[in-house]
Amino acid sequence: MSDAIPSKSWQGFLRPDGRKGVRNLVLIVYTVECAQHVSYAIGNGEEDTHVIGFPGCYDNAYAIRLMLALARHPNVGAVLSVGLGCEYTQPEKIADAVRASGRPAEWFFIQESGGTRASVVKGKEIVARLRAQIREETPRVPMTLPDLTIGCECGGSDGTSGLAGNPAVGAFFDLLVDAGGRAIFEETVEMIGLRELMLTRAANAEAKQQLAAAYDKAERYCKSVRQWSVSPGNFAGGLTTIEEKSLGAFAKSGSRPIQGVIRVAEAPSGPGLWILDSVPDEHFMQFGYTNPNDTEGIMDLISAGSQIILFVTGRGSVIGAPIAPLVKITGNSGTFRTMTDDMDFDAGRVLTGQLTLPQAGRELADLVVRVAAGGASKSEGLGHREYFIMYKHQNTPSLSEGCRA
Amino acid sequence: MIDDAPAGAIELIGATRGEIVTPEKILRGHKVALCDIAANEAVVKYGVHIGYATKSIPRGARVHLHNLASDLDDRSGTLDLHSGAPTDTASAYV
Repeated sequence: MSDAIPSKSWQGFLRPDGRKGVRNLVLIVYTVECAQHVSYAIGNGEEDTHVIGFPGCYDNAYAIRLMLALARHPNVGAVLSVGLGCEYTQPEKIADAVRASGRPAEWFFIQESGGTRASVVKGKEIVARLRAQIREETPRVPMTLPDLTIGCECGGSDGTSGLAGNPAVGAFFDLLVDAGGRAIFEETVEMIGLRELMLTRAANAEAKQQLAAAYDKAERYCKSVRQWSVSPGNFAGGLTTIEEKSLGAFAKSGSRPIQGVIRVAEAPSGPGLWILDSVPDEHFMQFGYTNPNDTEGIMDLISAGSQIILFVTGRGSVIGAPIAPLVKITGNSGTFRTMTDDMDFDAGRVLTGQLTLPQAGRELADLVVRVAAGGASKSEGLGHREYFIMYKHQNTPSLSEGCRA
Repeated sequence: MIDDAPAGAIELIGATRGEIVTPEKILRGHKVALCDIAANEAVVKYGVHIGYATKSIPRGARVHLHNLASDLDDRSGTLDLHSGAPTDTASAYV
């Protein structure tokens, strides 16, 4: 059964830039916290409709580029952008950039639409119209594993994450890369202590240089802000130092060469395994914060075009994500039992000898294909759509190279 | 540890085979020393240097926040051994 995975086929949604989505969503984008309540009220109860936005009134190039990458994501078919009317971030420009990608998009200001109730009614009418349009017009196309970009993040890690959860994803990533797909992992602040090991994985001299620069920036960042990516739950789960956590986190990369480093809102330029650098660049506002929680890191992976996210958690987490279904993997069978409503995959079976790592990788591929074909992941079925982005400075790629068409 | 282990003999099934005796209960995901480690010596797990011993650690002893610290993270020596909670920001709560 599992040997045939790379040739398994399902129906996806073709976007104008040639990328294929595994969902066909209407995305509501608010441009300031003041428009957040109205935006969620519009999305409430609407099928295939997700909400993202940016809370700040002052705009931020990084956040705008990230939202545009999400609005032009392969799983998104149409966009409604909602502003209050005073903020710097412009909903009209968001709608323009989305239309330029060949997707239908609309926008309005709440102040010009009669306040809360009238804006919610207006927004729901627009969503219904956009949804009907993309359901009718979006071409359905066959998809196979090479059409997928899969991002992986870990959070709530414990001692089993490095022994089973992340290696299971690594086994799947090897399989995905060999099939011609794209695999992305991130959290360079959780590669601290592994500089030499990382560099041995570079596909070529340019990739090696990119990896060294990303590693060195991450270490400067952590030293500068005195923030190392390790938390009380990790310690309680048996991990003692950031170096030890890094060792386990890096296991999700599998064993294939790393093609290079991409930035937030940038899609990989070719197939293979990539590292996403989400650490802020040095800037006049200093570094600021890197990802302050798992959700921001997940949004970054989705901004790089990941249609599905794998989230490895030893101690257990309940989060989901808008736009891309999130699949939860735990290396801790105890966590799988106690949080069974939330966990999709028990990689702890590798530790008890019930499953070899290659078998875990193939089983995970089966699960990814089921979700890609439309089956809801646990968090997706429960309605988890945690979303968080923040002010950050990162030298962004241009819209055309980063977010594609 | 791939599962919770009571004090006593533990079977090793990784690259190092055999048996090791630990004087205390070790929880799943936690670790023990496979050899004697002197104070200030590097602690190595799967070939990676994960920090240094803050005191001497005998073979079989639990290795965690009380005897291992990061080379880089300067908060690493200030955490509660059992919960992992920070102790250096306690004043912010009162």
